Amino acid sequence: MAVPAPVLTMSGIGKQFPGVKALDGVDLRLLPGEVHALMGENGAGKSTLIKVLTGVHPADTGTIELGGAPVAFGSPLEAQQAGISTVYQEVNLCTNLSVAENILLGREPRRRGRIDWKRMRARAAELLARLELSLDVSAPLSTYSLAIQQMVAIARAIDVDARVLILDEPTSSLDADEVEQLFRVMRRLKGEGIAILFVSHFLDQVYEISDRMTILRNGRLVGEYPTRELSQVELVAKMIGQELAALERLHGEARVFDRPLVEARGLGRTGAIEPFSMTIHEGEVVGLAGLLGSGRTEIARLLFGADHASTGEIAVRGTATPLRTPRAAMAQKIAFCSENRKADGLIPDLTVRENIILALQATRGWTRPVPREQQDELVSRYIRALKISPPNPEHLVSNLSGGNQQKVLLARWLILEPRLLILDEPTRGIDVGAKTEIQRLVAELSDGGMAVLFISAELEEVLRLSHKVQVLRDRRLVAELPNDAGLTSDVLMETIASGGRADVSVNGGRPS
Amino acid sequence: MWPAVVLVLLLALNVFFTPSFFSIEVKDGHLYGSLIDILRFGAPLILVSLGMTLVIATGGIDLSVGSVVAISGALACLQISQDQGVFAAVALALGLCLVLGAWNGFLVAGVGIQPIIATLILMVAGRGLAQLITDGQIITVNSPAYKVIGGGYWLAVPVGILIVIGVLAITAFLTRRLALGMLIESVGVNAEAARLAGIRARGIIIMAYAFAALCAGVAGLMISSNVSSADGNNAGLWIELDAILAVVIGGTSLAGGRFSLGGTVLGALIIQTLTTTIYSIGVPPETTLLFKALVVTAVCLIQSPTFREKVFRRRTAKPGPAPEEKVRVTTA
Repeated sequence: MAVPAPVLTMSGIGKQFPGVKALDGVDLRLLPGEVHALMGENGAGKSTLIKVLTGVHPADTGTIELGGAPVAFGSPLEAQQAGISTVYQEVNLCTNLSVAENILLGREPRRRGRIDWKRMRARAAELLARLELSLDVSAPLSTYSLAIQQMVAIARAIDVDARVLILDEPTSSLDADEVEQLFRVMRRLKGEGIAILFVSHFLDQVYEISDRMTILRNGRLVGEYPTRELSQVELVAKMIGQELAALERLHGEARVFDRPLVEARGLGRTGAIEPFSMTIHEGEVVGLAGLLGSGRTEIARLLFGADHASTGEIAVRGTATPLRTPRAAMAQKIAFCSENRKADGLIPDLTVRENIILALQATRGWTRPVPREQQDELVSRYIRALKISPPNPEHLVSNLSGGNQQKVLLARWLILEPRLLILDEPTRGIDVGAKTEIQRLVAELSDGGMAVLFISAELEEVLRLSHKVQVLRDRRLVAELPNDAGLTSDVLMETIASGGRADVSVNGGRPS
Repeated sequence: MWPAVVLVLLLALNVFFTPSFFSIEVKDGHLYGSLIDILRFGAPLILVSLGMTLVIATGGIDLSVGSVVAISGALACLQISQDQGVFAAVALALGLCLVLGAWNGFLVAGVGIQPIIATLILMVAGRGLAQLITDGQIITVNSPAYKVIGGGYWLAVPVGILIVIGVLAITAFLTRRLALGMLIESVGVNAEAARLAGIRARGIIIMAYAFAALCAGVAGLMISSNVSSADGNNAGLWIELDAILAVVIGGTSLAGGRFSLGGTVLGALIIQTLTTTIYSIGVPPETTLLFKALVVTAVCLIQSPTFREKVFRRRTAKPGPAPEEKVRVTTA
């Protein structure tokens, strides 16, 4: 079979950020009329590669060729004008404007200096028709679902005679039908000869839609493979790499957990999570597995008092205890490292030291400052224990890398010596070294008697660390699985997909 | 650093026009001189600006301080004119200011109204309240004890300056010795993250507004005591804008977060020195506002990192992606 000439070739791309080598000698080629999946773990360099391609960051080394001619984009606009369009994970549209305005924003058809609304609506409808969509283009975008908004973003992207369309995690907020709709559109565009670069962490979707894939690990190229020649297991092995290939359980001997620490009894919040029951014992690591948006973070926030429960109650050591604020949870020695460390974790303007002692200071109130010697002692101890780098407590936390920021957040909660530590995606977006360190730390803490609720999108990681795994699906707790030899990521994935196995006890998911 | 440079430049300009500008002498056991005057007349602005600093650090703003200045002076003078004790009058006035500030804080943190709107309510209503207290008249009092606050001397130093030093010391102690400053900064940068770290954000915000109103109250006493009368219409008029300007010139971002008390004091002194300079170098009265605006624009521009970069074009090696640098000053 003759391979058509690639429409886009990137070779030897390297990119250095302060303290991190984000990309190192990465090649990528896109053929016309193919869906090409870009695979890799969080932090492997996928987004950086896309940003280099679209002109957000300049590449330090390497070349980009578009249609055979070398190019260098100084801005996303230049890349777009050259025919490389991007649809980002979070839809970058103005929901208060109409569908037509969104599609043609900045490129409105004009007549005598004024916008020609009639022509604009016609053009927008035409573009949507290309995607087999028929919408009221003068209605505000906010009246349509997220999936439709995504389509509108795509319509906007292909208006500028796109030769390359980049879809960065377009399916993360879509349901199954909507994904199917998106895939129909993708196949149609592919038929028109557009090269599509597809990023997704849903393996099944990648196998359904993509023709070939490029795999990255730690900023390096692992290889380029035709999708049908690489099994899912091989793909995961290549993404994770040799280092973690031996997926040994981090816990040694089986332990018996008989002292319940925190119990959720029919706890639920309307619109966020169906009522569930769950028991976390002292020294136990409970894994929460489920897809994005399945209610993992919602459970964590309820247990920490960050949100109010609408039903049920929480018992701490057998006594019903209302946790209506984070302070109430902290008084019960519950700590919560939130998923989004930028939005609701760290205070970027403050130093590493101040960020670490913040929660301790909050529990003492503003009138009783933590003495400076004690601060320095605590902070330097945790900087050493967690290998925070640079080890300077007076550094602004915003200048640290993602992994080190995560460690700062961990340190903040560890100095409170919590009995239950809730970790929501503690290893997301950080490099493999820091990831392993944090995993080891969790195992050590639990061996020392601390209970941990561990939330992660990476099933292997959940399996490595947890004593039992709670599986979530569509905002319901559907299964509780003991982490024994029979539990593999395949079984977990199947449980997530099917909503519970027949042979496991279904704990909390009441029929709704 | 920049505010200090500007202040030095302004002072140097004054010396150029008035060679005796720096001389300080003792007359009748009182300190006299242009520098003393700047400190003395700038005292109310410094006080209001200190309170404003904490409010701005929480990510808010307080437009009502000017009205609180008027209310405080009006209530104190009314009490004294009705033969109440000076101490009781002052305590009552400051107590009312605390209540008004707590009300602002409640509207912002408890009800969730945007700070600029929440304090706009008291800015407008407060003027009315002050006029209600004075019955629309200018209340004149003849009380030597009350006169001390704004016009008295202690150990040759004007009492107003001593009050400023005292309030500055207390504020510095509360925010930097105790943990209030760090908690205020956390709330100002990211209120949700602060709440999840266990900080009582609501209490901190209410406290900041109450403190700002208290500072404005003291400033109001100082202003009315200095002229031995209360003018509900004009006392403290537009002082909130000067105070916001002083805070911004001092390097505190209007977006909240890191604040600098020293910077604010410098900022307030720059504004006061500017006023003095306008008189001493003989700028025609009809152009004083324009002159002031030009200087303030220059100060704000020189403080903006983006502006400095554009103008001075420092040739440095491009270090990857530029670290996020907040433009501290965007308004003039």
